[in-house]
Amino acid sequence: MSRTARRLRYVFKRLLQALPIVLAIVIVNFFLLHMAEGDAVDVLAGEAGSATPEYMAELRAKFGLDQPLPVQLLVYLKNVFSFDLGYSFRHEMPVLDLVLDRFWPTLLLMVSTILLAVGFGIVLGLLAATGLNTWRDTLISIFALVTYATPLFWVGLMFIVIFALNLGWFPTSGMKNVAAFNDTWSWANIKDVAHHLVLPTITLSLFYLALYTRLMRASMLEQAGMDYVTTARAKGLTENRIMFVHVLRNALLPVVTMAGVQVGALIGGSVIVESVFAWPGLGMLAFEALFSRDLNLLLGIFLLSALLVVAVNLVVDIIYSSLDPRIEVG
Amino acid sequence: MSFWRLFKRNRSAVLGLVILLLIVFMAATAHLFFPEDPFRLVGKSMSPPGENGFLLGSDSLGRDVASGIAHGAKTSLLIGLMATFVAVGFGTIMGGLAGYYGGRIDDLLMRVTEMFQTIPSFIFAILLVAIMKPSIESIVIAIAVVSWPAVARLVRGEFLSLKTREFVQACHTLGMSDIRIIMGEILPNCLSPIIVIGSLMVATAILIESGLAFLGLGDPNIMSWGFQIGAGRTLLRSAWWVCTFPGIAILITVLAINLVGEGLNDALNPRLRERT
Amino acid sequence: MSAPLLEIRDLHVALPAGSERPYAVQGVDLDLAPNEILCIVGESGSGKSLMSRSIMGLLPKPHVRVSQGSIRFGDEDLVTVSDARLRQIRGSDIAMIFQEPMTALNPVMTIGDQIDEVFRFHAKMRRKERQERALSLLDDVHIPDPKATMSAYPHELSGGQRQRAMIAMALALDPKIIIADEPTTALDVTAQAQILKLIKEMQEAHNTGVLFITHDFGVVADIADRVAVMQGGIMVEAGTAAEVLNNPQHPYTQNLIESVPSLTPRPPRVQAAEPVLQIENLTKTFRSGGGLLGFGAKERIVHAAKDVTLELRKGETLGIVGESGSGKSTVARCIVRLVDAEEGKILLNGTDLRPLGRAEMRPYRARIQMVFQDPFASLNPRTKVGKIIAQGPMIQGVPKAEAQERTRELLSIVGLDERAYDRYPHEFSGGQRQRIGIARALALNPDVLVADEPVSALDVSIQAQILELLDEIRERMTLSMIFITHDLRVAAQVCDRLAVMRSGVVVETGPTAEIFRDPQHEYTRALLGAVPGKEWRAG
Repeated sequence: MSRTARRLRYVFKRLLQALPIVLAIVIVNFFLLHMAEGDAVDVLAGEAGSATPEYMAELRAKFGLDQPLPVQLLVYLKNVFSFDLGYSFRHEMPVLDLVLDRFWPTLLLMVSTILLAVGFGIVLGLLAATGLNTWRDTLISIFALVTYATPLFWVGLMFIVIFALNLGWFPTSGMKNVAAFNDTWSWANIKDVAHHLVLPTITLSLFYLALYTRLMRASMLEQAGMDYVTTARAKGLTENRIMFVHVLRNALLPVVTMAGVQVGALIGGSVIVESVFAWPGLGMLAFEALFSRDLNLLLGIFLLSALLVVAVNLVVDIIYSSLDPRIEVG
Repeated sequence: MSFWRLFKRNRSAVLGLVILLLIVFMAATAHLFFPEDPFRLVGKSMSPPGENGFLLGSDSLGRDVASGIAHGAKTSLLIGLMATFVAVGFGTIMGGLAGYYGGRIDDLLMRVTEMFQTIPSFIFAILLVAIMKPSIESIVIAIAVVSWPAVARLVRGEFLSLKTREFVQACHTLGMSDIRIIMGEILPNCLSPIIVIGSLMVATAILIESGLAFLGLGDPNIMSWGFQIGAGRTLLRSAWWVCTFPGIAILITVLAINLVGEGLNDALNPRLRERT
Repeated sequence: MSAPLLEIRDLHVALPAGSERPYAVQGVDLDLAPNEILCIVGESGSGKSLMSRSIMGLLPKPHVRVSQGSIRFGDEDLVTVSDARLRQIRGSDIAMIFQEPMTALNPVMTIGDQIDEVFRFHAKMRRKERQERALSLLDDVHIPDPKATMSAYPHELSGGQRQRAMIAMALALDPKIIIADEPTTALDVTAQAQILKLIKEMQEAHNTGVLFITHDFGVVADIADRVAVMQGGIMVEAGTAAEVLNNPQHPYTQNLIESVPSLTPRPPRVQAAEPVLQIENLTKTFRSGGGLLGFGAKERIVHAAKDVTLELRKGETLGIVGESGSGKSTVARCIVRLVDAEEGKILLNGTDLRPLGRAEMRPYRARIQMVFQDPFASLNPRTKVGKIIAQGPMIQGVPKAEAQERTRELLSIVGLDERAYDRYPHEFSGGQRQRIGIARALALNPDVLVADEPVSALDVSIQAQILELLDEIRERMTLSMIFITHDLRVAAQVCDRLAVMRSGVVVETGPTAEIFRDPQHEYTRALLGAVPGKEWRAG
């Protein structure tokens, strides 16, 4: 079998392996819903102001909430797999519509953050490792150490104070200027969104930038001590060729793996960053749902973000399998 | 003691330890220097640092920022330590059993940790606290729930590699019981990485706690740094100090713990290699 | 003798402050002539490896460096030559082959690309020409399918093939000197014989000077024209292969050569006929991959032991010999019940141990004990030596005081000081640790001792001492022993009878002397034929 065919099968296999995890997440979701005090009917009754016990019992029967737990679980599973995530009584909209509406801004933020953090992390780690124990290394290491310890929301707030309020370089919040509110793909609109994107992206990427920098530095140093580097040296290759061809590619492997592992944490971080910058994505929606105690919505966000992680991990796996020929594809 | 000699070689780790001890001291003496309840309104609101008797200023309601930081230190350290303790304890037990016995337990654990790697852990923590209602216990549980899989994976890996070592096999040929092999032979040999991951986990737990509190999911009866920043964010334009100082407190604490953790790593791990 | 290719004079390699000794290499003088193979022999820590690396300027800088002396190559001194010039020399004039081809090759680069690099950096050639040269090189080193190997990654080749690819890379630009650092140590004996033959063939074809680093006098006898012996950084003896091997002058060399076990089996001993341990139709299969989540991937099945039948008689030593992957270690582990065999019988004095559960097995544990291979991994680094030895008897119910007394007695039996009792394993050398491991096994007064490669991790002089100790205690305690080894020299000296294994199957059994004199199975013949230095110390 050719390498490409084996890789395709590997990707397919990873896809199938993700299915049980998705199923497990849905089930966890269901039980979280049940752990919460009160059900949808209580919420509805609360909304309406008053409701007779008879009416509430009738509603429960209508929603199937009087059924035994396993039956409810099956119904829930069926609903989820037919893309019915329930109804948000606050927004008076199906959860799915709400969540999908806010999905793209989050994806945009995620992708720009991953690119920035991984890209700069690799470059900084490389710079630090190649100038080991020089001022360059020390400076980068201190930078990584400090950013690694900084809470995201605080950096966001400080950025707003400095770059938005005092210097006025960037807008404080949101994704678009209200005045120019339309959805066309005009150049002005894209520039506007990009302008709004700068501060949230930098804020969210800082922590991960520090992480990848440290990882890349350590990984480069570890690989530089391997036997194959001695072989390369014995072949008479230049130090640059050894560093950038031999060591770099091997050193990238753990960084790429980590990039996949960290996607989940990144989405968690986006809740904070989006709520700081009022970026209209899933995180911001989660923050609103939290305040209005809209559990259905919160769980929908949780589910969708988990799916997003599964998808990004799959992409990372594919990238990884093209970098490392040893990956068990058979 | 040779451990201290090795630890001392890493100067930034010693610096971290000194800072950490100062923060512990601040937390322990908060009620002496700031006997008032940090939630109490004690003076003129919106005082900049150094004015009206406020070292680090006051917020919109006239609460003392410095007092909040001192009392918040207690909250951060307490929650960080408790959550880590629970996570490390549970993770070690699960990882140890899975690594040692393999088979079904191991399969199950691996699937569970994979799931935890997939779900966004911070959102999961938010959900847990929101469902359980914010309190110290629920925050500790939520942080521990999202943190233990990392410990379990680490301990499982250590157990997997140690159980095939010849000295463990030798114990089997002597007829030693499983519990004695686990407790007496394997566990002592993977204490170092557990201590290191535990120390770094305290730092992460403090960051998660501050994030939760910032979003309004802190225990409403207890002062915390994240709460201070969350409450002060609306005053960004007029009173920068309300957000700034608690943030610096988090930064310094987490930095100090990370430095100590790295020092532990440097001091414990080469020795382990040298000895085995 | 023609003018030397390489002249090393008064070479000193300094170790960083605080090391065990100030110099790794101290005052070495050495000449390498064209068209000769010079073997540098020494035990671990003799400085032979660092010396060879200093020639190429491959010392782990800046901690380890040449502090004195010169290495003349042509009219240049490699110690003082510029980095740029050194890079030109590396790979084109002097090439190197390493011990472990798996780690010495870049895992994410194809073999073809790795060979190609040598051409690209040293010679102006078109891509097509480079590829043709690489192909013909791979063909020269007898790689079965050169075309496929070009696009293969290192992990896709076997150990022997990887080393062939490594040699092809070293030969790429027809260097004047090849430095080979233990190039066959990581290989099985049959692969080793082939690689040695290949190196000799290539050396003769290209008139290369080869500096061959090894610890194995058998290899030296097979390949060397001249020999230099190193001890503790100092060259104690040098001369032609015949002189050094057959008439060593320095006491250290004499001792080393004396320690190499002879290939002539020792005289058979009087045998009791009654068996202690009978293994009948033992079968163990390892499975991996496949299953529910394998998604059509092929299940890998390894027959580690297939229908193995063996008999151990009272007081004898039964050797199980074979190469890596032959299943010899699995059989040993099945016997001591570290691994559960799925079929067959393990009869100890007539009782079948195989079906016993943990608790039922416990009383029998004392009857069969094991000595392990790796003296560094087989002792718990956090337990004191006394406790390591005493805990066996204590688990079996011996009172503490008695177990402690027995431990002290055992320490002196295995030749260790009584003060070892309160020390940790890391305070001891490899040989001493192996003595501790033996004492632990003996503490339970076993009937049967299973020794799994007990000397293969040790230097040859230590190896001889441990073999002597094992022999002595077997006599003294009337032990029966199963001795697993890959080394036929060791087997000849230790075992009364032999079982030869390949791929999980016992291909031949019989008295050691008979098997050596008249091997029946072709694999046994191949194994015996591949033993290095068989002409030299055959008897």
